Amino acid sequence: MQVQSRRSWSGALFVLPYLVVYVVFCIYPLVNAIAFSTYRADLFGGGEFIGLQNFVRLFQDPIFLRSLWNTIYFILLTVPPLVVIGLLLALVLQKPTRTSSILRAVFFSSSVLSVAIVALLWRVILMPDDGLVAKILGAFGHAPIAFVDRADLALPALAISTIWWCMGLPMMLFLAALKQVPREIYDAAALDGAGRLRTLWSITLPSIRRTFSVVVIIEVVMQFQMFGQAQLLTQGGPNNASKSLVLFIYDASFKGWDVGYATAASQVLFGLMLMITLGQYLLLNRRREKRP
Amino acid sequence: MSPPEAAEIALLNVCKAFGRTKVIDDLSLSVANNELVVFLGPSGCGKTTLLRMIAGLETIDAGEIWIGGRRVDQLVPSARGVSMVFQDYALYPHMSVRENMSFGLRNFGVPRDQIALRVADAAKILEIESLLDRLPAQLSGGQRQRVAIGRAIVKQPNVFLFDEPLSSLDASLRVRTRIELIDLHRRLGAATVLVTHDQVEAMTLADRIVVMSQQRVEQIGSPMEIYGRPATPFVASFVGTSPMNFAPVGMAASAGEFATVSLAGGLAIQTAVRSSVLPQDTALSIALRAEALRISAPERGDARGTVHCVERLGDRTLIHVRLGEQLRLIASDSGNSPVAVGDTVGLTFDGSAAHLFDAQRGYHAERRGDGRSRY
Repeated sequence: MQVQSRRSWSGALFVLPYLVVYVVFCIYPLVNAIAFSTYRADLFGGGEFIGLQNFVRLFQDPIFLRSLWNTIYFILLTVPPLVVIGLLLALVLQKPTRTSSILRAVFFSSSVLSVAIVALLWRVILMPDDGLVAKILGAFGHAPIAFVDRADLALPALAISTIWWCMGLPMMLFLAALKQVPREIYDAAALDGAGRLRTLWSITLPSIRRTFSVVVIIEVVMQFQMFGQAQLLTQGGPNNASKSLVLFIYDASFKGWDVGYATAASQVLFGLMLMITLGQYLLLNRRREKRP
Repeated sequence: MSPPEAAEIALLNVCKAFGRTKVIDDLSLSVANNELVVFLGPSGCGKTTLLRMIAGLETIDAGEIWIGGRRVDQLVPSARGVSMVFQDYALYPHMSVRENMSFGLRNFGVPRDQIALRVADAAKILEIESLLDRLPAQLSGGQRQRVAIGRAIVKQPNVFLFDEPLSSLDASLRVRTRIELIDLHRRLGAATVLVTHDQVEAMTLADRIVVMSQQRVEQIGSPMEIYGRPATPFVASFVGTSPMNFAPVGMAASAGEFATVSLAGGLAIQTAVRSSVLPQDTALSIALRAEALRISAPERGDARGTVHCVERLGDRTLIHVRLGEQLRLIASDSGNSPVAVGDTVGLTFDGSAAHLFDAQRGYHAERRGDGRSRY
């Protein structure tokens, strides 16, 4: 008895440092933020309790609703291409040749850049006067397009730069997953007369289904928090056309100083992300559990 | 060039190299319909590569492969009419047993009712009917292997290929499955090639054994030919459960009809190998199985030695005897042999069971008058 309880205490001791950090920097702020979202408060502290009024106000705020929609639209624009491109790149580059390994490094290299550099780079590419795209369009006799300044093109432009920036990670995750698939089942499939598409559909994809769901969830969570690109490339404009949720929260707290309101928006973002990832997880892993 | 008429599988002068490493060098071989041929050899001897070449999973660098009268070496695996059972079964982990077995048939465009029929038939033969809706992860090793065999059977191929089919099974299951494999082969009657490193498996299963070592075919023959008349020292030492003793010998001066050789210690052994077949002026070794060496009282044997190891196998005992400075021999004694380490024992040599080898090939005992060979 004595030994057992001492052992469990010493175990707790090992966890303690992490636990302290986790509670102080994760749990406490989270709880605090939930509480904070029910106050009218600014950056200088104080404030008064107003119940759910911040949330009511949020869902009546056209700019919040706009940025909510923008974020969802942005996810729809980025996540499917990221997953598909990542998977295709992985499939093409999985062979252990020198060319493949060079190309793998090339395609991954964009992921190591900071968002500031990515934004700067794409600003130059998309510049209506003398940008790369403008030059290419010019060569075909087309007038330059002001991507960043057009309400209908601002988000797609952000999406393209994001896809370029982020595709390395899905590719790497898929490559790792493909490596795990035993060679022998491909041999068996070859003897079973499965062509390339059939093999991809019936052998490869089912074998990496778990990674597939992980990649989708990671990307959705990441793109939900899109901020830097919007802040640096379009400043959320024109006219809030590319304002993301996180940018809305930033503006509300650090420009509007309305911290209670911003925290309420954060809670909405948190809840949405939790719901969507949980839903995806259940959906993508449902089939396996259905089997006897 | 075309292959022998009766052959179901024919390999003609097949070569294969991985980079600079030769894996198969100018190999020719044919397998008849109904025949079960075993490729036997240590790991890395190229036997699995050879099997994969027949299946089409590996290309060949030169030569031809014929299956069922068609040249197939340029065809994709699925067009060759072969089924293969892989070493680790290679079942599709996300498919049920039924789906595993019907996947190939669906790809080949077999009608649905046909597929159901064939799967049901195979499941019945292999007694896996109750497992059809399970996933491979829910099966035991033996059951998985049955499914792998089932997947091969349903395609009704002309040729079955087995890559170490028993190596992942535990000992008791291996013996049972071995017998089932023989049954199955008899029932299906297709040409079958099986790869193994286990010589017992090869001996018990094969109509013919192809012994391979270091990318070369050492010998092709029936199990008893391989066991009784090993063509090379490698075959002699690799095949057979009882260990083969090798010792360098010289020819005794007076050469009669049958060769008499002498061991390093001067002991003369009368063999049943005809002197006339032996090469002149070549170094020879004698090879004797443990059974051909009997333990006796020190004063009664042909030679005397000291026991330095006793291996008890139950039905018999292997006694390692040191004879002089250089020579160590293994003799077989009864299961309850009283011999202990350190004992001095006598050794009796049964020269009529001896093989002689030069560097390249073996020379074996003549058949005796009673028509039975002395293996």
